Amino acid sequence: MPSIQKFGLRFWRTDVWDPVAGEFGALPFIWGTLYSSVLALLVATPIALGIAIFISELCPAALRQPLVFVTELLAAIPSIVYGLWGIFVLVPAVRAVETSLPDAVRSLPLFSGPPLGLGMLSAALILAVMVIPFISSISREVLKSVPHAQREGAYALGATRFEAIRAAVFYARTGILGAVMLGFGRALGETMAVTMVIGNNPKVSMSLFAPQYTMAAVVANEFAEAADDLYLSALVEIGLVLFIITLVINALSRLLIWSMARTETVVAEPVESAEVLA
Amino acid sequence: MTPTTRRKLLSSLFVGFCAGAVLLALIPLAFVLFFVVSQGIRSLNLAFFTHMPTPVGEAGGGMANAIVGTLILSGLAAGMAVPIGVLSGIYMSEYAGSRFAAVVRFAADTLNGVPSIVIGLFAYVVAVLPFKQFSALAGGFALGLMMIPIIARTTEEMLLLVPGTMREGALALGATRARAVFSVVLPAALPGIVTGVVLALARVAGETAPLLFTAFNNRFFSTSLKEPISSLTVQVYTYATGPYDDWHRQAWSGALVLVSIVLICSLLARLATRRLERMHARG
Repeated sequence: MPSIQKFGLRFWRTDVWDPVAGEFGALPFIWGTLYSSVLALLVATPIALGIAIFISELCPAALRQPLVFVTELLAAIPSIVYGLWGIFVLVPAVRAVETSLPDAVRSLPLFSGPPLGLGMLSAALILAVMVIPFISSISREVLKSVPHAQREGAYALGATRFEAIRAAVFYARTGILGAVMLGFGRALGETMAVTMVIGNNPKVSMSLFAPQYTMAAVVANEFAEAADDLYLSALVEIGLVLFIITLVINALSRLLIWSMARTETVVAEPVESAEVLA
Repeated sequence: MTPTTRRKLLSSLFVGFCAGAVLLALIPLAFVLFFVVSQGIRSLNLAFFTHMPTPVGEAGGGMANAIVGTLILSGLAAGMAVPIGVLSGIYMSEYAGSRFAAVVRFAADTLNGVPSIVIGLFAYVVAVLPFKQFSALAGGFALGLMMIPIIARTTEEMLLLVPGTMREGALALGATRARAVFSVVLPAALPGIVTGVVLALARVAGETAPLLFTAFNNRFFSTSLKEPISSLTVQVYTYATGPYDDWHRQAWSGALVLVSIVLICSLLARLATRRLERMHARG
Protein backbone atom coordinates (compact mmCIF):
# COMPACT_ATOMS: atom_id res chain seq x y z
CA MET A 1 0.00 0.00 0.00
CA PRO A 2 1.33 3.43 -0.92
CA SER A 3 0.74 4.86 2.55
CA ILE A 4 2.87 2.18 4.19
CA GLN A 5 5.60 2.63 1.60
CA LYS A 6 5.64 6.37 1.96
CA PHE A 7 5.18 6.87 5.70
CA GLY A 8 5.99 3.53 7.32
CA LEU A 9 5.52 3.65 11.07
CA ARG A 10 5.68 7.43 11.03
CA PHE A 11 2.06 7.23 9.90
CA TRP A 12 1.05 6.31 13.45
CA ARG A 13 3.22 8.88 15.21
CA THR A 14 2.46 12.11 13.39
CA ASP A 15 -0.63 14.20 13.80
CA VAL A 16 -0.82 16.14 10.55
CA TRP A 17 -3.76 15.06 8.42
CA ASP A 18 -3.70 17.15 5.29
CA PRO A 19 -5.11 15.37 2.24
CA VAL A 20 -4.49 18.38 0.01
CA ALA A 21 -0.78 18.42 0.77
CA GLY A 22 -0.62 14.62 0.75
CA GLU A 23 0.53 14.55 4.37
CA PHE A 24 -1.07 11.80 6.46
CA GLY A 25 -0.57 11.06 10.15
CA ALA A 26 -3.07 8.91 11.99
CA LEU A 27 -2.25 9.80 15.59
CA PRO A 28 -5.35 11.99 16.12
CA PHE A 29 -7.63 9.13 15.08
CA ILE A 30 -5.94 6.57 17.31
CA TRP A 31 -6.14 9.05 20.16
CA GLY A 32 -9.76 9.96 19.53
CA THR A 33 -10.80 6.32 19.24
CA LEU A 34 -9.06 5.24 22.44
CA TYR A 35 -10.01 8.33 24.43
CA SER A 36 -13.70 8.19 23.51
CA SER A 37 -13.90 4.44 24.15
CA VAL A 38 -12.14 4.63 27.53
CA LEU A 39 -14.35 7.52 28.63
CA ALA A 40 -17.41 5.60 27.48
CA LEU A 41 -16.33 2.55 29.47
CA LEU A 42 -15.70 4.65 32.58
CA VAL A 43 -19.31 5.79 32.41
CA ALA A 44 -20.83 2.53 31.17
CA THR A 45 -19.11 -0.11 33.30
CA PRO A 46 -20.50 0.79 36.74
CA ILE A 47 -23.97 1.33 35.32
CA ALA A 48 -23.90 -1.88 33.29
CA LEU A 49 -22.66 -3.91 36.26
CA GLY A 50 -25.33 -2.34 38.45
CA ILE A 51 -27.95 -3.39 35.91
CA ALA A 52 -26.56 -6.91 35.61
CA ILE A 53 -26.49 -7.34 39.39
CA PHE A 54 -29.95 -5.86 39.81
CA ILE A 55 -31.45 -8.16 37.19
CA SER A 56 -29.66 -11.34 38.17
CA GLU A 57 -29.49 -10.98 41.96
CA LEU A 58 -31.88 -8.40 43.30
CA CYS A 59 -35.02 -7.84 41.30
CA PRO A 60 -38.31 -9.69 41.74
CA ALA A 61 -38.68 -12.55 39.26
CA ALA A 62 -41.65 -10.91 37.57
CA LEU A 63 -39.57 -7.88 36.67
CA ARG A 64 -36.66 -9.85 35.27
CA GLN A 65 -37.89 -10.60 31.74
CA PRO A 66 -39.27 -7.11 31.05
CA LEU A 67 -36.04 -5.51 32.28
CA VAL A 68 -33.93 -7.80 30.12
CA PHE A 69 -36.10 -6.92 27.14
CA VAL A 70 -35.90 -3.19 27.75
CA THR A 71 -32.13 -3.09 28.29
CA GLU A 72 -31.63 -5.14 25.16
CA LEU A 73 -33.76 -2.68 23.27
CA LEU A 74 -30.97 -0.19 23.90
CA ALA A 75 -28.74 -2.40 21.76
CA ALA A 76 -31.38 -2.83 19.06
CA ILE A 77 -31.83 0.86 18.27
CA PRO A 78 -29.85 1.58 15.10
CA SER A 79 -26.67 3.57 15.43
CA ILE A 80 -27.93 6.18 12.98
CA VAL A 81 -30.93 6.86 15.22
CA TYR A 82 -28.63 7.47 18.19
CA GLY A 83 -26.64 9.77 15.95
CA LEU A 84 -29.71 11.72 14.88
CA TRP A 85 -30.81 12.04 18.50
CA GLY A 86 -27.27 13.03 19.39
CA ILE A 87 -27.15 15.88 16.88
CA PHE A 88 -30.50 17.41 17.72
CA VAL A 89 -30.97 16.63 21.42
CA LEU A 90 -27.76 15.61 23.17
CA VAL A 91 -25.38 18.08 21.50
CA PRO A 92 -27.48 21.16 22.33
CA ALA A 93 -27.84 19.87 25.91
CA VAL A 94 -24.08 19.38 26.24
CA ARG A 95 -23.53 22.84 24.75
CA ALA A 96 -25.85 24.36 27.35
CA VAL A 97 -23.88 22.65 30.10
CA GLU A 98 -20.60 23.88 28.62
CA THR A 99 -21.67 27.50 28.40
CA SER A 100 -23.05 27.46 31.94
CA LEU A 101 -19.74 26.33 33.46
CA PRO A 102 -17.81 29.00 35.39
CA ASP A 103 -14.75 30.43 33.65
CA ALA A 104 -12.40 28.98 36.25
CA VAL A 105 -13.51 25.48 35.25
CA ARG A 106 -13.46 26.31 31.55
CA SER A 107 -9.80 27.26 31.74
CA LEU A 108 -8.82 23.76 32.92
CA PRO A 109 -7.26 21.68 30.14
CA LEU A 110 -9.95 19.04 30.58
CA PHE A 111 -12.72 21.53 29.81
CA SER A 112 -11.06 24.04 27.52
CA GLY A 113 -12.14 24.74 23.98
CA PRO A 114 -15.10 26.36 22.27
CA PRO A 115 -18.52 25.39 23.66
CA LEU A 116 -19.80 23.70 20.52
CA GLY A 117 -21.55 20.73 22.04
CA LEU A 118 -20.02 18.67 19.26
CA GLY A 119 -17.01 16.91 20.71
CA MET A 120 -15.49 14.24 22.87
CA LEU A 121 -18.02 14.42 25.72
CA SER A 122 -21.06 13.96 23.48
CA ALA A 123 -19.37 11.06 21.68
CA ALA A 124 -18.38 9.35 24.91
CA LEU A 125 -21.89 9.71 26.37
CA ILE A 126 -23.55 8.25 23.28
CA LEU A 127 -21.01 5.44 23.19
CA ALA A 128 -21.67 4.69 26.85
CA VAL A 129 -25.39 4.33 26.18
CA MET A 130 -24.65 2.04 23.24
CA VAL A 131 -22.26 -0.33 25.04
CA ILE A 132 -24.22 -0.63 28.32
CA PRO A 133 -26.52 -3.36 26.97
CA PHE A 134 -23.56 -5.44 25.73
CA ILE A 135 -21.66 -5.28 29.00
CA SER A 136 -24.73 -5.86 31.15
CA SER A 137 -26.11 -8.81 29.19
CA ILE A 138 -22.79 -10.70 29.19
CA SER A 139 -22.15 -9.88 32.86
CA ARG A 140 -25.61 -11.19 33.64
CA GLU A 141 -24.84 -14.47 31.90
CA VAL A 142 -21.55 -14.73 33.73
CA LEU A 143 -23.15 -14.01 37.12
CA LYS A 144 -25.76 -16.65 36.38
CA SER A 145 -22.95 -19.20 36.09
CA VAL A 146 -21.62 -18.47 39.58
CA PRO A 147 -22.58 -21.47 41.74
CA HIS A 148 -25.27 -20.79 44.32
CA ALA A 149 -23.04 -22.28 47.00
CA GLN A 150 -20.86 -19.22 46.64
CA ARG A 151 -23.62 -16.88 47.76
CA GLU A 152 -25.15 -19.30 50.25
CA GLY A 153 -21.76 -19.76 51.84
CA ALA A 154 -21.39 -16.01 52.20
CA TYR A 155 -24.86 -15.63 53.70
CA ALA A 156 -24.19 -18.54 56.06
CA LEU A 157 -21.18 -16.67 57.37
CA GLY A 158 -23.41 -13.71 58.14
CA ALA A 159 -22.64 -11.60 55.09
CA THR A 160 -24.95 -8.78 54.10
CA ARG A 161 -26.47 -8.75 50.65
CA PHE A 162 -23.71 -6.48 49.38
CA GLU A 163 -20.99 -8.74 50.79
CA ALA A 164 -22.55 -11.87 49.29
CA ILE A 165 -22.87 -10.23 45.89
CA ARG A 166 -19.33 -8.93 46.14
CA ALA A 167 -18.21 -12.52 46.67
CA ALA A 168 -20.16 -13.63 43.59
CA VAL A 169 -18.77 -10.77 41.50
CA PHE A 170 -15.27 -11.60 42.66
CA TYR A 171 -15.84 -15.21 41.66
CA ALA A 172 -17.02 -14.04 38.22
CA ARG A 173 -14.29 -11.43 37.75
CA THR A 174 -12.70 -13.07 34.68
CA GLY A 175 -15.98 -13.22 32.84
CA ILE A 176 -16.90 -9.68 33.82
CA LEU A 177 -13.54 -8.46 32.57
CA GLY A 178 -14.36 -10.25 29.32
CA ALA A 179 -17.73 -8.47 29.18
CA VAL A 180 -16.09 -5.08 29.69
CA MET A 181 -13.54 -5.83 26.97
CA LEU A 182 -16.34 -6.83 24.62
CA GLY A 183 -17.91 -3.45 25.31
CA PHE A 184 -14.54 -1.84 24.62
CA GLY A 185 -14.36 -3.58 21.25
CA ARG A 186 -17.85 -2.33 20.42
CA ALA A 187 -16.97 1.21 21.41
CA LEU A 188 -13.78 1.22 19.33
CA GLY A 189 -15.61 0.24 16.17
CA GLU A 190 -18.82 2.23 16.58
CA THR A 191 -19.12 4.48 13.58
CA MET A 192 -22.24 6.43 12.72
CA ALA A 193 -23.35 7.85 16.07
CA VAL A 194 -19.80 8.93 16.88
CA THR A 195 -19.22 10.43 13.45
CA MET A 196 -22.31 12.55 13.87
CA VAL A 197 -21.47 14.06 17.26
CA ILE A 198 -17.68 14.05 17.77
CA GLY A 199 -17.04 17.10 15.60
CA ASN A 200 -14.65 15.45 13.12
CA ASN A 201 -11.55 17.51 13.77
CA PRO A 202 -8.19 15.70 13.57
CA LYS A 203 -6.54 17.29 16.61
CA VAL A 204 -5.14 15.49 19.63
CA SER A 205 -6.59 17.08 22.75
CA MET A 206 -7.26 16.17 26.38
CA SER A 207 -10.31 18.40 26.46
CA LEU A 208 -13.74 16.82 26.77
CA PHE A 209 -15.23 19.71 24.85
CA ALA A 210 -12.82 19.72 21.91
CA PRO A 211 -14.11 18.36 18.62
CA GLN A 212 -12.02 15.33 17.73
CA TYR A 213 -12.06 12.40 15.32
CA THR A 214 -12.03 8.60 15.44
CA MET A 215 -10.64 5.93 13.12
CA ALA A 216 -14.07 4.64 12.17
CA ALA A 217 -15.38 8.15 11.65
CA VAL A 218 -12.59 9.25 9.32
CA VAL A 219 -13.07 6.19 7.14
CA ALA A 220 -16.84 6.74 7.04
CA ASN A 221 -16.50 10.43 6.25
CA GLU A 222 -13.64 10.61 3.82
CA PHE A 223 -13.45 7.27 2.03
CA ALA A 224 -16.02 8.03 -0.64
CA GLU A 225 -14.31 11.30 -1.55
CA ALA A 226 -10.70 10.16 -1.33
CA ALA A 227 -9.44 10.85 -4.83
CA ASP A 228 -5.81 9.77 -5.03
CA ASP A 229 -4.18 6.45 -4.19
CA LEU A 230 -2.18 7.73 -1.25
CA TYR A 231 -5.27 9.19 0.45
CA LEU A 232 -7.26 6.03 -0.21
CA SER A 233 -4.57 3.74 1.08
CA ALA A 234 -4.09 5.87 4.20
CA LEU A 235 -7.77 5.35 4.98
CA VAL A 236 -7.60 1.64 4.21
CA GLU A 237 -4.58 1.35 6.51
CA ILE A 238 -6.56 2.99 9.30
CA GLY A 239 -9.42 0.55 8.66
CA LEU A 240 -7.02 -2.38 8.69
CA VAL A 241 -5.50 -1.38 12.01
CA LEU A 242 -8.95 -0.82 13.49
CA PHE A 243 -9.87 -4.30 12.30
CA ILE A 244 -6.80 -5.87 13.89
CA ILE A 245 -7.30 -4.06 17.21
CA THR A 246 -10.96 -5.04 17.48
CA LEU A 247 -10.15 -8.60 16.40
CA VAL A 248 -7.56 -9.01 19.16
CA ILE A 249 -9.82 -7.44 21.78
CA ASN A 250 -12.80 -9.53 20.77
CA ALA A 251 -10.78 -12.74 20.73
CA LEU A 252 -9.37 -11.97 24.17
CA SER A 253 -12.76 -11.14 25.63
CA ARG A 254 -14.31 -14.33 24.21
CA LEU A 255 -11.49 -16.38 25.72
CA LEU A 256 -12.06 -14.76 29.12
CA ILE A 257 -15.80 -15.36 28.96
CA TRP A 258 -15.29 -18.94 27.84
CA SER A 259 -12.73 -19.75 30.49
CA MET A 260 -15.35 -18.59 32.96
CA ALA A 261 -18.01 -20.82 31.40
CA ARG A 262 -15.70 -23.81 31.52
CA THR A 263 -14.82 -23.54 35.20
CA GLU A 264 -18.52 -23.27 35.91
CA THR A 265 -19.37 -26.74 34.61
CA VAL A 266 -16.70 -28.25 36.84
CA VAL A 267 -17.67 -26.43 40.01
CA ALA A 268 -21.42 -26.30 39.58
CA GLU A 269 -22.02 -30.03 39.64
CA PRO A 270 -22.08 -30.75 43.41
CA VAL A 271 -24.17 -27.64 43.98
CA GLU A 272 -26.97 -28.87 41.81
CA SER A 273 -27.10 -32.20 43.62
CA ALA A 274 -27.13 -30.32 46.92
CA GLU A 275 -30.16 -28.41 45.70
CA VAL A 276 -31.90 -31.63 44.75
CA LEU A 277 -31.26 -32.98 48.23
CA ALA A 278 -32.65 -29.86 49.80
CA MET B 1 -22.31 3.61 64.46
CA THR B 2 -21.66 -0.05 65.13
CA PRO B 3 -19.90 -2.06 62.43
CA THR B 4 -23.08 -4.03 61.80
CA THR B 5 -25.20 -0.98 61.11
CA ARG B 6 -22.48 0.32 58.84
CA ARG B 7 -22.43 -2.93 56.90
CA LYS B 8 -26.18 -2.96 56.60
CA LEU B 9 -26.22 0.63 55.49
CA LEU B 10 -23.56 -0.07 52.89
CA SER B 11 -25.59 -3.01 51.65
CA SER B 12 -28.74 -0.91 51.29
CA LEU B 13 -26.79 1.79 49.49
CA PHE B 14 -25.49 -0.82 47.10
CA VAL B 15 -28.96 -2.16 46.36
CA GLY B 16 -30.06 1.42 45.79
CA PHE B 17 -27.17 2.01 43.41
CA CYS B 18 -28.07 -1.06 41.34
CA ALA B 19 -31.71 -0.03 41.07
CA GLY B 20 -30.55 3.48 40.20
CA ALA B 21 -28.33 2.11 37.42
CA VAL B 22 -31.35 0.47 35.80
CA LEU B 23 -33.30 3.72 35.93
CA LEU B 24 -30.31 5.65 34.62
CA ALA B 25 -30.08 3.38 31.59
CA LEU B 26 -33.80 3.67 30.94
CA ILE B 27 -33.59 7.46 30.74
CA PRO B 28 -31.72 7.61 27.40
CA LEU B 29 -33.95 4.87 26.01
CA ALA B 30 -37.07 6.81 26.96
CA PHE B 31 -35.57 10.03 25.62
CA VAL B 32 -34.57 8.53 22.28
CA LEU B 33 -37.95 6.86 21.79
CA PHE B 34 -39.81 9.98 22.87
CA PHE B 35 -37.97 12.26 20.44
CA VAL B 36 -38.07 9.81 17.56
CA VAL B 37 -41.82 9.36 17.93
CA SER B 38 -42.75 12.98 18.64
CA GLN B 39 -40.48 14.45 15.95
CA GLY B 40 -40.92 11.65 13.46
CA ILE B 41 -44.69 11.56 13.50
CA ARG B 42 -44.90 15.13 12.17
CA SER B 43 -43.78 14.30 8.64
CA LEU B 44 -44.90 10.72 8.59
CA ASN B 45 -47.79 10.31 6.19
CA LEU B 46 -48.70 8.20 3.21
CA ALA B 47 -46.59 10.39 0.93
CA PHE B 48 -43.52 9.52 2.97
CA PHE B 49 -43.85 5.93 1.79
CA THR B 50 -45.04 6.54 -1.75
CA HIS B 51 -43.35 9.73 -2.94
CA MET B 52 -39.84 10.47 -4.07
CA PRO B 53 -37.67 13.06 -2.32
CA THR B 54 -38.44 16.60 -3.50
CA PRO B 55 -35.73 19.03 -4.60
CA VAL B 56 -34.17 21.15 -1.85
CA GLY B 57 -36.49 23.89 -0.62
CA GLU B 58 -39.67 22.19 -1.70
CA ALA B 59 -41.70 20.86 1.18
CA GLY B 60 -43.25 17.41 1.23
CA GLY B 61 -42.02 14.41 -0.61
CA GLY B 62 -41.04 11.06 0.81
CA MET B 63 -38.49 8.32 0.83
CA ALA B 64 -40.08 5.78 -1.50
CA ASN B 65 -36.78 5.04 -3.22
CA ALA B 66 -34.95 4.59 0.09
CA ILE B 67 -37.61 2.28 1.50
CA VAL B 68 -37.56 0.09 -1.61
CA GLY B 69 -33.75 0.22 -1.50
CA THR B 70 -33.65 -0.98 2.10
CA LEU B 71 -36.03 -3.82 1.23
CA ILE B 72 -33.89 -4.88 -1.74
CA LEU B 73 -30.65 -4.67 0.24
CA SER B 74 -32.09 -6.67 3.14
CA GLY B 75 -33.44 -9.24 0.72
CA LEU B 76 -30.06 -9.65 -0.95
CA ALA B 77 -28.38 -9.95 2.44
CA ALA B 78 -30.86 -12.60 3.59
CA GLY B 79 -30.44 -14.53 0.35
CA MET B 80 -26.74 -14.77 1.05
CA ALA B 81 -26.75 -15.18 4.83
CA VAL B 82 -29.69 -17.50 5.52
CA PRO B 83 -28.28 -20.64 3.81
CA ILE B 84 -24.73 -20.09 5.07
CA GLY B 85 -25.84 -19.10 8.56
CA VAL B 86 -28.39 -21.87 9.06
CA LEU B 87 -26.06 -24.57 7.75
CA SER B 88 -23.18 -23.47 9.95
CA GLY B 89 -25.59 -23.26 12.89
CA ILE B 90 -26.62 -26.86 12.24
CA TYR B 91 -22.98 -27.87 12.11
CA MET B 92 -22.19 -26.14 15.39
CA SER B 93 -25.05 -27.81 17.24
CA GLU B 94 -24.82 -31.28 15.68
CA TYR B 95 -21.07 -31.54 16.02
CA ALA B 96 -20.94 -29.44 19.15
CA GLY B 97 -18.07 -31.35 20.72
CA SER B 98 -15.69 -31.24 17.76
CA ARG B 99 -12.71 -28.95 17.61
CA PHE B 100 -13.74 -27.50 14.26
CA ALA B 101 -17.17 -26.56 15.63
CA ALA B 102 -15.42 -24.60 18.37
CA VAL B 103 -13.36 -22.83 15.71
CA VAL B 104 -16.49 -22.00 13.71
CA ARG B 105 -18.20 -20.68 16.83
CA PHE B 106 -15.18 -18.56 17.67
CA ALA B 107 -15.03 -17.24 14.10
CA ALA B 108 -18.73 -16.39 14.16
CA ASP B 109 -18.40 -14.52 17.45
CA THR B 110 -15.38 -12.66 16.19
CA LEU B 111 -17.02 -11.76 12.89
CA ASN B 112 -19.96 -10.49 14.90
CA GLY B 113 -17.62 -8.10 16.68
CA VAL B 114 -15.98 -6.69 13.56
CA PRO B 115 -16.88 -3.00 13.27
CA SER B 116 -19.48 -2.37 10.60
CA ILE B 117 -17.29 0.22 8.90
CA VAL B 118 -14.57 -2.43 8.45
CA ILE B 119 -17.15 -4.76 6.88
CA GLY B 120 -17.94 -1.90 4.52
CA LEU B 121 -14.27 -1.46 3.62
CA PHE B 122 -13.93 -5.19 2.97
CA ALA B 123 -17.01 -5.24 0.78
CA TYR B 124 -15.66 -2.21 -1.09
CA VAL B 125 -12.42 -3.99 -1.88
CA VAL B 126 -14.12 -7.28 -2.82
CA ALA B 127 -17.33 -6.16 -4.51
CA VAL B 128 -16.89 -2.56 -5.64
CA LEU B 129 -13.28 -2.12 -6.68
CA PRO B 130 -13.16 -4.98 -9.25
CA PHE B 131 -16.28 -3.66 -11.01
CA LYS B 132 -15.47 0.03 -10.56
CA GLN B 133 -19.09 0.60 -9.63
CA PHE B 134 -21.07 1.12 -6.43
CA SER B 135 -23.96 -1.33 -6.53
CA ALA B 136 -26.90 -2.77 -4.64
CA LEU B 137 -25.17 -6.15 -4.88
CA ALA B 138 -22.12 -4.86 -3.03
CA GLY B 139 -24.35 -3.38 -0.33
CA GLY B 140 -26.26 -6.64 0.02
CA PHE B 141 -22.97 -8.50 0.28
CA ALA B 142 -21.78 -6.25 3.12
CA LEU B 143 -25.05 -6.63 5.03
CA GLY B 144 -25.05 -10.38 4.36
CA LEU B 145 -21.62 -10.67 5.97
CA MET B 146 -23.02 -9.03 9.08
CA MET B 147 -26.05 -11.35 9.14
CA ILE B 148 -24.18 -14.65 8.88
CA PRO B 149 -22.85 -14.83 12.45
CA ILE B 150 -26.14 -13.68 13.98
CA ILE B 151 -28.13 -16.32 12.10
CA ALA B 152 -25.54 -19.03 12.73
CA ARG B 153 -25.52 -18.45 16.49
CA THR B 154 -29.29 -18.23 16.89
CA THR B 155 -29.76 -21.34 14.75
CA GLU B 156 -27.31 -23.17 16.98
CA GLU B 157 -29.04 -22.00 20.15
CA MET B 158 -32.48 -22.90 18.85
CA LEU B 159 -31.38 -26.38 17.76
CA LEU B 160 -29.93 -26.97 21.20
CA LEU B 161 -33.32 -26.09 22.69
CA VAL B 162 -34.96 -28.99 20.84
CA PRO B 163 -35.37 -31.86 23.32
CA GLY B 164 -32.65 -34.49 22.86
CA THR B 165 -35.30 -37.21 23.02
CA MET B 166 -36.68 -36.07 19.64
CA ARG B 167 -33.31 -36.54 17.97
CA GLU B 168 -32.78 -39.85 19.73
CA GLY B 169 -36.25 -41.00 18.79
CA ALA B 170 -35.58 -40.35 15.12
CA LEU B 171 -32.24 -42.12 15.27
CA ALA B 172 -33.81 -45.06 17.11
CA LEU B 173 -36.32 -45.42 14.28
CA GLY B 174 -33.39 -45.93 11.95
CA ALA B 175 -33.11 -42.43 10.49
CA THR B 176 -29.70 -41.34 9.30
CA ARG B 177 -28.15 -38.39 11.02
CA ALA B 178 -29.03 -36.04 8.13
CA ARG B 179 -32.57 -37.36 8.08
CA ALA B 180 -32.96 -36.85 11.82
CA VAL B 181 -31.69 -33.27 11.54
CA PHE B 182 -33.67 -32.18 8.50
CA SER B 183 -36.94 -34.01 9.13
CA VAL B 184 -37.21 -33.84 12.91
CA VAL B 185 -34.88 -31.44 14.69
CA LEU B 186 -34.87 -28.60 12.19
CA PRO B 187 -38.68 -28.40 11.80
CA ALA B 188 -39.04 -28.35 15.59
CA ALA B 189 -36.62 -25.43 15.85
CA LEU B 190 -37.96 -23.64 12.79
CA PRO B 191 -39.98 -20.95 14.60
CA GLY B 192 -36.89 -20.02 16.58
CA ILE B 193 -34.68 -19.94 13.51
CA VAL B 194 -37.16 -17.78 11.62
CA THR B 195 -37.16 -15.46 14.63
CA GLY B 196 -33.39 -15.26 14.49
CA VAL B 197 -33.52 -14.40 10.80
CA VAL B 198 -36.10 -11.70 11.43
CA LEU B 199 -33.97 -10.20 14.20
CA ALA B 200 -30.88 -10.29 12.00
CA LEU B 201 -32.85 -8.58 9.23
CA ALA B 202 -33.97 -5.87 11.62
CA ARG B 203 -30.39 -5.36 12.73
CA VAL B 204 -28.92 -5.02 9.22
CA ALA B 205 -31.80 -2.89 8.00
CA GLY B 206 -30.61 -0.36 10.59
CA GLU B 207 -26.99 -0.43 9.45
CA THR B 208 -25.50 2.60 7.75
CA ALA B 209 -21.73 2.32 7.83
CA PRO B 210 -21.40 -0.78 5.59
CA LEU B 211 -23.51 0.91 2.91
CA LEU B 212 -21.70 4.24 2.67
CA PHE B 213 -19.31 3.10 -0.01
CA THR B 214 -20.88 -0.12 -1.24
CA ALA B 215 -24.52 0.61 -2.09
CA PHE B 216 -23.69 4.32 -1.88
CA ASN B 217 -26.84 6.36 -2.45
CA ASN B 218 -29.14 7.16 -5.31
CA ARG B 219 -31.38 10.17 -5.71
CA PHE B 220 -33.57 8.32 -8.13
CA PHE B 221 -35.81 5.33 -7.97
CA SER B 222 -33.78 2.26 -8.80
CA THR B 223 -34.31 -1.45 -8.51
CA SER B 224 -31.27 -2.40 -10.55
CA LEU B 225 -28.83 -4.58 -8.64
CA LYS B 226 -25.88 -3.22 -10.58
CA GLU B 227 -26.60 0.43 -9.81
CA PRO B 228 -26.03 2.39 -6.62
CA ILE B 229 -29.15 2.24 -4.51
CA SER B 230 -30.63 4.39 -1.80
CA SER B 231 -31.41 3.11 1.68
CA LEU B 232 -33.36 4.49 4.62
CA THR B 233 -30.31 4.67 6.85
CA VAL B 234 -27.98 6.42 4.40
CA GLN B 235 -30.81 8.78 3.50
CA VAL B 236 -31.39 9.60 7.18
CA TYR B 237 -27.65 10.23 7.52
CA THR B 238 -27.60 12.56 4.52
CA TYR B 239 -30.66 14.44 5.74
CA ALA B 240 -29.54 14.63 9.37
CA THR B 241 -26.15 16.11 8.51
CA GLY B 242 -27.61 18.47 5.90
CA PRO B 243 -28.50 22.10 6.60
CA TYR B 244 -32.22 22.20 5.77
CA ASP B 245 -35.15 22.00 8.20
CA ASP B 246 -37.19 19.98 5.72
CA TRP B 247 -34.40 17.45 5.59
CA HIS B 248 -34.24 17.21 9.37
CA ARG B 249 -37.96 16.56 9.57
CA GLN B 250 -37.65 13.81 6.97
CA ALA B 251 -34.69 12.35 8.85
CA TRP B 252 -36.75 12.05 12.03
CA SER B 253 -39.53 10.32 10.11
CA GLY B 254 -37.00 7.94 8.60
CA ALA B 255 -35.69 7.22 12.08
CA LEU B 256 -39.23 6.53 13.28
CA VAL B 257 -39.71 4.00 10.50
CA LEU B 258 -36.39 2.32 11.38
CA VAL B 259 -37.18 2.18 15.08
CA SER B 260 -40.66 0.81 14.37
CA ILE B 261 -39.15 -1.98 12.26
CA VAL B 262 -36.76 -2.88 15.07
CA LEU B 263 -39.42 -2.70 17.80
CA ILE B 264 -41.95 -4.79 15.92
CA CYS B 265 -39.34 -7.43 15.04
CA SER B 266 -38.06 -7.64 18.62
CA LEU B 267 -41.55 -8.01 20.04
CA LEU B 268 -42.45 -10.73 17.54
CA ALA B 269 -39.18 -12.50 18.24
CA ARG B 270 -39.78 -12.40 21.97
CA LEU B 271 -43.23 -13.94 21.61
CA ALA B 272 -41.95 -16.68 19.31
CA THR B 273 -38.97 -17.67 21.45
CA ARG B 274 -41.14 -17.75 24.53
CA ARG B 275 -43.31 -20.38 22.85
CA LEU B 276 -40.26 -22.41 21.90
CA GLU B 277 -38.82 -22.21 25.39
CA ARG B 278 -42.10 -23.42 26.84
CA MET B 279 -41.96 -26.39 24.48
CA HIS B 280 -38.43 -27.05 25.65
CA ALA B 281 -39.50 -26.91 29.30
CA ARG B 282 -42.24 -29.44 28.57
CA GLY B 283 -40.05 -31.68 26.43
